[in-house]
Amino acid sequence: MRKWYIALFVAVVLTMASSHVFAAGKTLRVAFDADPVSLDPHEQLSGGMLQYSHWVFDPLVRWTQEMTFEPRLATKWEQIDANTMRFHLRKGVKFHSGNDFTAADVKWTLERLKKSPDFKGLFVPFTGAKVIDDHTVDLITEKPYGLVLNMATYLFPMDSKFYTGTDKNGQPKDRINKTAPTFAKLNESGTGRYVVAEREQGVKLVLEEFPGYWDAKAGNVSKIILTPIKEAATRVAALLAGDVDLIAPVPPKDHDRIRGTNDMKLVTWNGGRIITFQMNQHRVEAFKDARVRNAIVHAVNNEAIVKKIMKNFATPGAQQGPEGYMGYDPNLTPRYDLAKAKQLMKEAGYEKGFTISMMAPNNRYVNDEKIAQAVASMLAKINIKVNLKTLPKAQYWDEFDARAADMMMIGWHSDTEDSANFTEYLTMTPNKETGYGQYNSGNYSNPEVDKLVIASQSETNMEKRKGILQKVERLLYEDAAFVPLHWQHLSWAAKKNVMIEDVANSQNFPYFGSMMIN
Amino acid sequence: MFAFIIRRTIQAILVMLIISLIGFSIKHQFGDPVRDLLGVSVSEAEREALRKKLGLRDPFFTQYFRFLKNAVKGDLGFSFFYKKPALEVILKKTPATIELVFASSLIIILGSVPIGIFAAIRPQHWLTKVFMGLSLIGVSIPVFLTAIMLIYIFAVTLHWLPSYGRGDLLDLGFWQTGLLTLDGLSHLIMPATALSSIMLPLFIRLIRSEMMEVLQAEYIKFAWAKGLKRIRIWFVHAFKNTLLPVITVGGVQLGIMIAFTILTETVFQWPGLGFLFLEAVQRADTTLLVAYLIVVGAFFVITNTVVDIIYVFINPMVRITGKA
Repeated sequence: MRKWYIALFVAVVLTMASSHVFAAGKTLRVAFDADPVSLDPHEQLSGGMLQYSHWVFDPLVRWTQEMTFEPRLATKWEQIDANTMRFHLRKGVKFHSGNDFTAADVKWTLERLKKSPDFKGLFVPFTGAKVIDDHTVDLITEKPYGLVLNMATYLFPMDSKFYTGTDKNGQPKDRINKTAPTFAKLNESGTGRYVVAEREQGVKLVLEEFPGYWDAKAGNVSKIILTPIKEAATRVAALLAGDVDLIAPVPPKDHDRIRGTNDMKLVTWNGGRIITFQMNQHRVEAFKDARVRNAIVHAVNNEAIVKKIMKNFATPGAQQGPEGYMGYDPNLTPRYDLAKAKQLMKEAGYEKGFTISMMAPNNRYVNDEKIAQAVASMLAKINIKVNLKTLPKAQYWDEFDARAADMMMIGWHSDTEDSANFTEYLTMTPNKETGYGQYNSGNYSNPEVDKLVIASQSETNMEKRKGILQKVERLLYEDAAFVPLHWQHLSWAAKKNVMIEDVANSQNFPYFGSMMIN
Repeated sequence: MFAFIIRRTIQAILVMLIISLIGFSIKHQFGDPVRDLLGVSVSEAEREALRKKLGLRDPFFTQYFRFLKNAVKGDLGFSFFYKKPALEVILKKTPATIELVFASSLIIILGSVPIGIFAAIRPQHWLTKVFMGLSLIGVSIPVFLTAIMLIYIFAVTLHWLPSYGRGDLLDLGFWQTGLLTLDGLSHLIMPATALSSIMLPLFIRLIRSEMMEVLQAEYIKFAWAKGLKRIRIWFVHAFKNTLLPVITVGGVQLGIMIAFTILTETVFQWPGLGFLFLEAVQRADTTLLVAYLIVVGAFFVITNTVVDIIYVFINPMVRITGKA
């Protein structure tokens, strides 16, 4: 009992002391639709976990708003030979535990990434890291690889000393396990601006400033209280009521309301997620005919969908990667043309049309169900009768894996922030061994596309690589490999003094550590 | 009496077994829990390996008997999402729901009893007409809408009450309560009001009609004739007999109220059982779902059994037929 009192007393004193020391900093109250599922940055590859990694850890390099690389724990980098990139690391950086950050931590982290079920796929091209000295490390790839820097944005060095040893259950501290308790799930030691002060999963995450943080130019947010609020209407209400300072995502129907409120602002950003429909050539004979696929693409008025359903909260697309990505070709534009679509159907001998089944999720993408309904009614105009079924995402992906309908919706965001990733998963010939085409429910197959994408992987001349990837987009466009709809936007709503627009980006990783509250 | 309790207990166990079997057999309909555990770019082989490891590929009855065996020992499985024993997760969220249900029950009792009695003894009064009109509106507006309206009026527009969550809690070790802090209480007002918005009008109407019926009874007329005081006739003789059907309905409605907490808790981001359930459905956290069904099922069964037993004590007619 006495111990309890002492603990309480110490806690009170510490709270008072810390609030005194950091009195200058601001507190940011955030409401997102979810909170990070774990404290282990390697447990799950998801937007929420990467946001968390940027707050509590630091990557070697990170994306800027202009899609260039900004030095973080790596201050500069150079290509040593075709397979080796050398990183010079920042000196004087400390982990939350007090340990010094060195090249050994980078090597250790890369090795752990290669063991993580979610991340190992991304790090397959890497054979390992070589420590040159305490502050120099080489990342070595098996073949020349053009995306070493893109991958370095995923390399958030972890405190190798802190995560080495065994925990109280006798398990190694670096263990990654999705379904059992692990040390790394509940404890963290990164180099990031914030330390985890308090966490109740699904209810609250409190982050406090790390006093030994290296970046003197950091923003002025010294404390973050993140509350997940699942219900969109409640999230908006919490902001309007003044209970939180920043929310995301903001449902499109509330955008005007936020814009119309005096001391609030809405910040939207182009996102990289393309929403598409795939046409299954194994299930429907007609889909093997490029003219029929082209007819469908010409019949779908995706600009109208963006305008009417998405309320302009999306950019209509005609290719996979958005503007800013290497393979983006500005000449590939949406091509709604009903007369041409009818003409193509006639040429292909399907003037009378046919009946197909369609499936889409109803709680995965913004307005997914309404979009599917719109596409179904647009296809009716070229005599394709659609039987539409929509499902919650928990059930949808089983159906998707089983290729259970003739047309299926899928949205994709490239983990590498590079055009090739879209093709590798969505439009390359499905192959169980290599994993290519894992989400190609259309079974579209074009040997030339496959060849080009594989060539792009080891092309390190960026001009040449750009040419290859643009050619891929053009081939897919002409072949109508899929039905492109739009790239979803990202949205934040905040009080006027929260400068979220300075740290927002199309990856949806708001860098709160660099943000100012005026 | 003893035989009656034994009989009811055996029935209760049977019901629990049926609930567990139904819960278990529909769980795969909710989706694949592995989907939520792994990132999108993970290979199919990797997914299958995890499914096997979790025992999701075993035959149905192997899984079910393994579940029953553990359940008897108090182990309802491991939540896929929380990575903790499902029962522990549920018990952690229970205080929030109990406090919410308790607060709305209080609102319902304190509101429905006086209003119901007043409406019965003064049926022509203008206030009665207002209450009856309001209760009709109250019954017909969905809880979801009531909740959103409350938030927009009291949180967004007037800034009187906080819009979400439970606020500051006091940790009593085994129970985290929001009833003992001012902040916690201010967070409780809107969710409790929203949750009571369906039941309150229902109980007003129930008490009013029961009471009016009782007031027509012969023994009340006799009491009037005997010249008893008004207060005594209304509150002792008439109201006491109104209570019987009200308790029966109340027992059933308490269960329904738990169901309504799913909506209320979701809107107010109230970290209780209903919210937990909805999230578990969306994440296909099937172990947690089955455990929730068992726990809530047990709660229903226990309240109903207790109500039945109380009834025996209050109503001698049941006692007599129970023996026959």
